[in-house]
Amino acid sequence: MILGWLLAILIAGGLIAWPLARLHPLLSRLIALSAVALDLALALFLAARDFGPGSIAGGWREDLDLSWIPQFGIHFHLGLDGLSLLLVLLTLFLGVVAVVVSWTEITTAVGFYHFNLLLILAGILGVLLSLDLFLFYFSWELMLVPMYFLISIWGREQRVYAAIKFFLFTQLSGLLMLIALLALYFAHHQATGVYTFEYQDLLGTPLDPHAAMWIMLGFLAAFAVKLPVFPFHTWLPDACTEASAATNLVLASLMASTAAYGMIRFLLPLFPDAVQAISPLMIVLAVIGILYSAFLAFSQTNLMRLVAYASIGHLGFVLLAIFAGNSLALRGAVMTIIAHAISIGALFLVAGAVEKRVQSREIDTMGGLWETIPRLSGAGLFFALAALGLPGLGDFIGEFLILIGTYQAHIAAAAVAACGVLAATFYALRFVQRAFQGPNDHSWQLPDLAPREALIFGILMVVLLWLGFYPQPVFETLRQAANHAPALWR
Amino acid sequence: MNDIHLISLLPLLLIAGTSVLVLLAISVRRNHAAAFALTLAGLAAGFCSTFFTPPGQATQLLLMDRYAFFFMGLLIAASFFIALLCYGYLAEREGNKEEFYVLLLVATLGAMTLTASSHFASLFLGIEILSVALYGLIAYLRDRPLTLEAGIKYLILAGSSSAFLAFGIALVYADLGVLDFATVAQRISSTQSESALQLLIPGTILILVGIGFKLALAPFHMWTPDVYEGAPAPVTAFVATVSKGGMFALLLRYFSLSGLDRFPRLLLVLSIIAVASMLAGNLLALFSTNVKRILAYSSIAHMGYLLVAVEASSRLGMTAAAFYLVAYFIMILGAFGVVTVLSDGERDADRLADYRGLFWRRPVLALVFTTMLLSLAGIPLTAGFLAKFYLVAAGADSHAWLLILVLVVTSTIGLFYYLRVVTTLFQQPVSEDETLEPLPRRAPAISLVLTVLTIFLIWFGVFPSPLLHLIQSTIGNIF
Repeated sequence: MILGWLLAILIAGGLIAWPLARLHPLLSRLIALSAVALDLALALFLAARDFGPGSIAGGWREDLDLSWIPQFGIHFHLGLDGLSLLLVLLTLFLGVVAVVVSWTEITTAVGFYHFNLLLILAGILGVLLSLDLFLFYFSWELMLVPMYFLISIWGREQRVYAAIKFFLFTQLSGLLMLIALLALYFAHHQATGVYTFEYQDLLGTPLDPHAAMWIMLGFLAAFAVKLPVFPFHTWLPDACTEASAATNLVLASLMASTAAYGMIRFLLPLFPDAVQAISPLMIVLAVIGILYSAFLAFSQTNLMRLVAYASIGHLGFVLLAIFAGNSLALRGAVMTIIAHAISIGALFLVAGAVEKRVQSREIDTMGGLWETIPRLSGAGLFFALAALGLPGLGDFIGEFLILIGTYQAHIAAAAVAACGVLAATFYALRFVQRAFQGPNDHSWQLPDLAPREALIFGILMVVLLWLGFYPQPVFETLRQAANHAPALWR
Repeated sequence: MNDIHLISLLPLLLIAGTSVLVLLAISVRRNHAAAFALTLAGLAAGFCSTFFTPPGQATQLLLMDRYAFFFMGLLIAASFFIALLCYGYLAEREGNKEEFYVLLLVATLGAMTLTASSHFASLFLGIEILSVALYGLIAYLRDRPLTLEAGIKYLILAGSSSAFLAFGIALVYADLGVLDFATVAQRISSTQSESALQLLIPGTILILVGIGFKLALAPFHMWTPDVYEGAPAPVTAFVATVSKGGMFALLLRYFSLSGLDRFPRLLLVLSIIAVASMLAGNLLALFSTNVKRILAYSSIAHMGYLLVAVEASSRLGMTAAAFYLVAYFIMILGAFGVVTVLSDGERDADRLADYRGLFWRRPVLALVFTTMLLSLAGIPLTAGFLAKFYLVAAGADSHAWLLILVLVVTSTIGLFYYLRVVTTLFQQPVSEDETLEPLPRRAPAISLVLTVLTIFLIWFGVFPSPLLHLIQSTIGNIF
């Protein structure tokens, strides 16, 4: 039942926060913050409650199964295992950060903003928790409209173009997934005589290889666009260039992790053979994506765009790991999803904080900022180092595992991807060099981090350090996901 | 005809009676409010009667079954809503207003006849009742040039499409020798080879032309944008919903009863029409900046989507089509409701510029409009999403992969122009002094009704079970 509350609190919070902004924007912010924080507390409670094996009933830590549209065999079925728990915690943690960051950044239509933000978070949780494929698709699509509003109302100059591009890319790919979903649904009915969208029932659906390939491609289309996979990535830099920092945090860090989650939860177990067949292609795309994005990140002048390409590079590693067919790499993928969300998300926030001070996203207008805002610059350096994979921080663990795992399966892919890590060093250091170091040519005199900002960055740093030095809890939690797809995680 | 038959005609009698009553009332004393109240009362009574009237075959012409009652209820509810819109709309305009309601009732009666017709004669009768009333409705504000043009365009094209229809019926009659659907179906199923029925296919295609015109399916859609643009906003809503809904109910019944789906050539024609409608509707809308025209094009596309379900011609397809139609009614009525509320005495609010920054001036209206548009685009949380899901499911069930692929691609194209309108609604005012002041609050009652409509839309989008149950228990039994 707690799982239902997780969603209900967010939606109710959004609905209450919206009209309250008319009385006072602060009320709206407080309601939104407390809704997300309450959710985070609930999720932490779930994490703490049955920590350790043996206390898990039915393979799921939590399970909620209500009849929803019986005519189609659609259930409101939520379930939580180790994998989804990790990502739920990540989502709510960054959700709190997003609300706090928006505190001063968003000044127009505050109520509507928080409604949309909370609805997106609810959609993401829905994706992470659904065990009914219809509910999964429903939540998947639910994220789009609020995100469209976040970009198109609170974005920068070209926001409408970016928002529409984002929407069309994700909507078309989502509809392809819908067709695939229905094809699977009817194939299952043909084989068993039962109409169901239930995840565990569909797992064993016998499919002929040809049909399985097409259905798999439909799912893959949706995941590949949202992750995003080269060459379907072009919407992300555009969107990130125009959207506000908090929106980018949600867009690049959280929504991307839902795509990776979708691949791990649905694609791999549902269509093992088809995935096997297509994995060489996907590995090539992943490696191209890693190198290409590093190259592009290096040549960007817009700070947000630079970080967006860095994000695509990290997600390339995730893609590589998912299709490497190796459980070590897969664990690394989950670690990278989490660490990427935090480090890249933090870089977006750093870029946003800098933008607020210098009123620009162009790297040329910066330089020498360290003199005037040492603490913000230090945070920038820290997260840039995290992004380039410095040992001791979360990203390192993830990428290290991915490379080891991939090496066992595809030596060449691992070797080229390792060059990608090297390339990341260049753009990350250039970011620091050009923005913060050097002479203060523009003679900036700027206010340094406010306590609120300092607190956020401090917490994000601590989490990254924790993941880097003591990642064991993550892997312990993840071990429990192995119950459902033993072949993946063995 | 005995008493039982008369009783099952109750909804039709009530609506017909109300139209006469309104006429009489006008002849006694002209009073807009009285005519309006009478109309609402009659429609409400008609709506209630669809729940209680015992089903039965009333004469050879009309089959008053649960299927007919379901669609009648839907049509009457839509007319009720349109009448509500009209009151405020007409009150601001010159000229006699009372006859409008008579025409509205008669047109509704025609559409209702279509949903119950089980015979080509009643089909033709229904179409003519509907069309003749519509000529008057479309050209009702006759001092506006566009309105007059729209009326004449509709008159000529509807007239010629009736000719096609009559010709088609004649050909089918020449081949089979009967006019009622049940016997037509029998004759068709008892015929072994397709070659024995040489005139049936051409005849049916001609009938499809006539029906296609009313439904504004491509390539018979040319009239739609002009008529939608020219007609008064509530009438446009009527053309888009009640007129098409009645026609569609008939098409669905005829197609599923007569077993025409065994002829691949006919299915091919239907597929071509469906694909053409989806493409034409969505592509043409891209280039339009007139909200009424955009909605017109989008309605062409939606009828194309609906054909996917007709083609599936299964129980799933039927329920999918009915569900889609309910959702479509709500969305189109809601959208035109907003257009109506924003229209002033001089012209309808049909330019995209009229909607710029509406969210910052009339947030409730803007959100209603946004919800309707997003539902038309098939976005979750709205009934439009489930309806589209249902259609794709029906298509996938009958392995019409090409059709649903076209549906998916064109609805993504469609998203583009819906989003353009939505974006306009949320555009921030460019300068401080520009249009930030709230618009004059016209028709607060309508805004309330629109909000209720929006709540319905989301309700059906999240908890469709009761509606699905109703549909399955009423429509499902036609098979």
